[in-house]
Amino acid sequence: MFEVIFLQFLNGLDKGAAYALIALGLTLVFGTLGVVNFAHGALFMLGAFCAVLFRQLLTLETVTVDPTKLSPWGAPLEVREPLVQAWFGDFGAVLVNYSVPASIIITIPIMLLVGIGLERGIIKHFYKRPHAEQILVTFGLAIVAQELIKSFFGPNPIPQPMPSDLRGAADIGAFLGMQANVITYPIWRLVYFLFSFAIIAGVFAFLQFTTFGMVVRAGMADRETVGLLGINIDRRFTIMFGLAAVVAGMAGVMYTPILPPNYHIGMDFLVLSFVVVVVGGMGSLPGAVAAGFLLGILQSFASMTQVKSLIPGIDQIIIYLVAVVILLVLPRGLFGRRGVMES
Amino acid sequence: MTLLKRGLSRRRVLQTGMAGIIGTGVSPLIFSKGAWAQEFCNNPTGDTVTFGLNLPLTGAYAEEGADEQKAYELAVQHLNGEGDGGLINVLTPTALKGNGVLGKKVAFVTSDSQTKADVARAGATRMIERDGAIMVTGGSSSAEAIAVQGLCQEMGVIFMAGLTHSNDTTGKDKRRYGFRHFFNAYQSGIGLAPAIVDAYGADRRAYHLTADYTWGWTQEESMKAATEGLGWQTVEAVRTPLGAADFSQYLTPVLNSGADVLILNHYGNDMVNSLTQAVQFGMRDRQANGKDFQIVVPLFSELMAKGAGANIKGIFGTSNWHWNLQDPGTVAFTKSFGAAYGAPPSQAAHTAYVQALLYADAVERAGTFYPPEVIKALEGFEFDGMGNGPTLYRAEDHQCIKNVLVVQGNDAPTSEYDVLNIVKEIPRDAVAYDPTIFGGDLGPAEPVPMC
Amino acid sequence: MRAMSRNDLLLFLGFTLVVLAMPLWLQPFGAAYPDLLQRFMIFGIFAVGFNILFGLTGYLSFGHAAFFGVGSYAAVWSFKLLSLDAIPAMLFAIVVSGLFALLIGYVSLRRSGIYFSILTLAFAQMSYNLAYSVLTPITNGETGLQLTLNDPRYLDAAMGSAQAGQPVPTLLGQSLGGFAGFYFCAGFLILAFFIAQRITNSPFGMMLKGIKSNQTRMNYTGFNTKPYTLAAFVISGMYAGLAGALLAVTDPLAGAERMQWTASGEVVLMTILGGAGTLVGPVIGAWLIKYFENIFSAINDTMLHRFWGFLPEGADNVMVAITSKFVGEGWFLTLGLVFVLIVVFLPGGIMEGVRRIAHLFNRQRKSPDRPASQVQPAE
Repeated sequence: MFEVIFLQFLNGLDKGAAYALIALGLTLVFGTLGVVNFAHGALFMLGAFCAVLFRQLLTLETVTVDPTKLSPWGAPLEVREPLVQAWFGDFGAVLVNYSVPASIIITIPIMLLVGIGLERGIIKHFYKRPHAEQILVTFGLAIVAQELIKSFFGPNPIPQPMPSDLRGAADIGAFLGMQANVITYPIWRLVYFLFSFAIIAGVFAFLQFTTFGMVVRAGMADRETVGLLGINIDRRFTIMFGLAAVVAGMAGVMYTPILPPNYHIGMDFLVLSFVVVVVGGMGSLPGAVAAGFLLGILQSFASMTQVKSLIPGIDQIIIYLVAVVILLVLPRGLFGRRGVMES
Repeated sequence: MTLLKRGLSRRRVLQTGMAGIIGTGVSPLIFSKGAWAQEFCNNPTGDTVTFGLNLPLTGAYAEEGADEQKAYELAVQHLNGEGDGGLINVLTPTALKGNGVLGKKVAFVTSDSQTKADVARAGATRMIERDGAIMVTGGSSSAEAIAVQGLCQEMGVIFMAGLTHSNDTTGKDKRRYGFRHFFNAYQSGIGLAPAIVDAYGADRRAYHLTADYTWGWTQEESMKAATEGLGWQTVEAVRTPLGAADFSQYLTPVLNSGADVLILNHYGNDMVNSLTQAVQFGMRDRQANGKDFQIVVPLFSELMAKGAGANIKGIFGTSNWHWNLQDPGTVAFTKSFGAAYGAPPSQAAHTAYVQALLYADAVERAGTFYPPEVIKALEGFEFDGMGNGPTLYRAEDHQCIKNVLVVQGNDAPTSEYDVLNIVKEIPRDAVAYDPTIFGGDLGPAEPVPMC
Repeated sequence: MRAMSRNDLLLFLGFTLVVLAMPLWLQPFGAAYPDLLQRFMIFGIFAVGFNILFGLTGYLSFGHAAFFGVGSYAAVWSFKLLSLDAIPAMLFAIVVSGLFALLIGYVSLRRSGIYFSILTLAFAQMSYNLAYSVLTPITNGETGLQLTLNDPRYLDAAMGSAQAGQPVPTLLGQSLGGFAGFYFCAGFLILAFFIAQRITNSPFGMMLKGIKSNQTRMNYTGFNTKPYTLAAFVISGMYAGLAGALLAVTDPLAGAERMQWTASGEVVLMTILGGAGTLVGPVIGAWLIKYFENIFSAINDTMLHRFWGFLPEGADNVMVAITSKFVGEGWFLTLGLVFVLIVVFLPGGIMEGVRRIAHLFNRQRKSPDRPASQVQPAE
């Protein structure tokens, strides 16, 4: 029984870290800038497709048609030859193998551009508009983004293999000096766990310990006064939005081996991200992280058959049930501040 | 907006139709032979006849929908005598002449079903009420099929189901106006169980993860019954929420449960995700009870299987049809489809194409579009040449009884379409079953005069 | 209650006329067939009801689809157990969804702002997930609740009015298929609009608007705002239940997916698109979205070729290739673009556009020095 509970707890931590990372970009935009960003899921999805795009570029092939032979369905046979290996040899092969983590190189600039473009083009006009209108415009943008992705990449999920060295499961039990082959966990999920921590810590440090972060936090509290002090707060908000897009995108990239991306994965995570941010409390970064872990761990335990046989269907609703209970007991979520997004 | 056809309302068509009958003074003959000609839903009066295609063009099954649409367009071409004629040449017996249906050219209208029962029903209603569809076909889920065939029963319009695998479609929710060519969960179970017992041995302990909705339950039940009958034990059967995305919390308990086979009763995106993640948990490299751990996916969707990538290699499952079969029907269809679209057809495309042809053929044999006569022509129809061997459209439940394919993920695919290998063709006698076990009632064939 | 002002009466009569004449003026748009017209009415009611909560009090519920779904289930159960007549089904549906709204509203209204939205969302998602899985004995899960030949129908059985053939809902024995169904729904939309109009102009409506503009001040003046918001919540829940019941009357099927968060989101979008806080706006928003979903999605290449047929060979193919990205399976893209364009250029939705055009005409007629701020939104 111990190993079952231990595994479930480990799984809860893993899910929690993933939830926190997926919701992190939303916390920055929704929890701090106060924009109800329904395009957050779309940003996550765009990030995932950066990985797809990168891999497709790496695996570009020269296609020569061999008219002498026919494929089984009667079309001329196509002979394909990968380009990268031809150009870079072994390095090319390594690059293809590591395409998912390597695609962060293109994800950061792409998502930064997307985020800044979005903020400058549209979102900045909506800071003072009602939340309802923010919802309409960001939802519209999300639809446009996902339909564009669909028309380029098709509707089906596209598998993104993880690096071969990180495939399979690690024997954590043996590592901790317990019986071998009992507590095993996928290596990639452990990587994602560490990655989440690094990103969350980085963003936290950035906001807490840099002048930039200090100004942004001040601007969130009282935008006008900061403006009167001669600080260009608008530009900093733009950068914050770009940063949020990058974080959402990176969460998407690293998640692709776990969940083969298709054009609507963003919508699947949208509701979850909102629940995490609100349960954590508006405007609170530690709150979002804590909420992520709380929901992850509870969901993991609620999915055990022993629990499900006590309360049928509990795993279906646990996330929402926890959200309801927390919000009724703690009016502003776990660490929410008074007066943020309450009217 | 003039691009949209200005349809006559249903009522007006009926009124003019009736006025025509009375006006010509033939009303005393109305009950004699052929007199039904005027009084059923959407009786085609011009020189065309319209099929209504209900396809998932958006949402998770858009690729299936696109493939079905291609197949229907091909079928319409072949029915109208264009192209190479496709399966019309190999269907036996056939009454099709390649000049349309009963001399009328076939046209079609489409509707986006979004894989939602509600929307599918609204779309079918539109195609019947506004566009005058004589028959509705297509779909990508059992919920859609059951909802639409219920509607078609009310309207008196024949429904030729597309992708639907639940036992209920031709079981407890069967309808006189609904017909299914695709196989079902029960047949998957009794077809697949002997094959996996053969491959993995009779002494196995299975763990089921099941999508928590009606299709998943029927699939789990069928697989459990069939494998337990051959000596397997079931350790646990766990229900997972539809669209769970991350299945890890259901996979961790599998590891130390004492099971040595994992059966994933998932379809579509759920299947892609749960299979990918199960492989990441090292299940395929694992040893349990001194045996190699195995994963089984009872129903494959080969379009979706591409999404699981290399994880699908060596996994057993079942299929309704596969383009790699070597019978003349399959060869003809694969060639015809490949020539038109540059890729081999999926099982979704195949079942869609066959359904369109079978309907047209039944109309030709009945000599009328009058649905009760067409239903009579389809019920108990025995045919061959459509790629599944000799096939019977069973009269009792409108289920096609034909061979079922046991397939396995291809270890060395030669192309992106070559994801599955055919392991075995299960003869239809082995997957036939007593239609009364699922209950249900077909209902009347005479249409209610409401459409 | 006060008598209606002249403007209100004109608005009401105009609305009634437009609705009843829909089968005529929608002909050229290809939308004048009964099923879509019924949906226009049903989702119009849903949006009008949603607006009573959101437009007047400012409370943004993200779980209204739950009441819609509960209404549908209740109506279908009434068809199965009591009678095929529409009236008991609709009464039952309104009562059940009202009670459900009372329960959820009582809990959710303890919080405001985004916390309220998330609470309603959570309740609706729980309803949806359970309806899809463990509540299958009640909801028939994925397949949806349908009528069958051997349902008991105790009331009908007691009256001895057994029906032959596939069961379909009726109104006092009259079939509700086709245009009869449309006029049945249209009657309810007009009634729903009338009640919404009276609520908006009543002291109760004033109170709700007061809550929207400054709840704290309302509290300080000594009002307990909670009963008012709860009443608005329950009323709009009952509207949703009525709409759900009507959908079940015209098409006797209740599926779980009409309770999903996307369905809740849809009514939010309808309301904002048309103009939240206005009376007519939400209805227009509902019509527009349903029109896209049903008509734009059905346009295929053959139709486009016919439409662009007047162009020279080659040019028409180009136009077909371009336009086909926006219709048929691309209808969703068009909808997204419409959202963005409308909200960017017309804050306040379509009604804002109508108001601006009206203002343009007014300015031409009246003295030009009238300040623009005089034109207040009709909220």
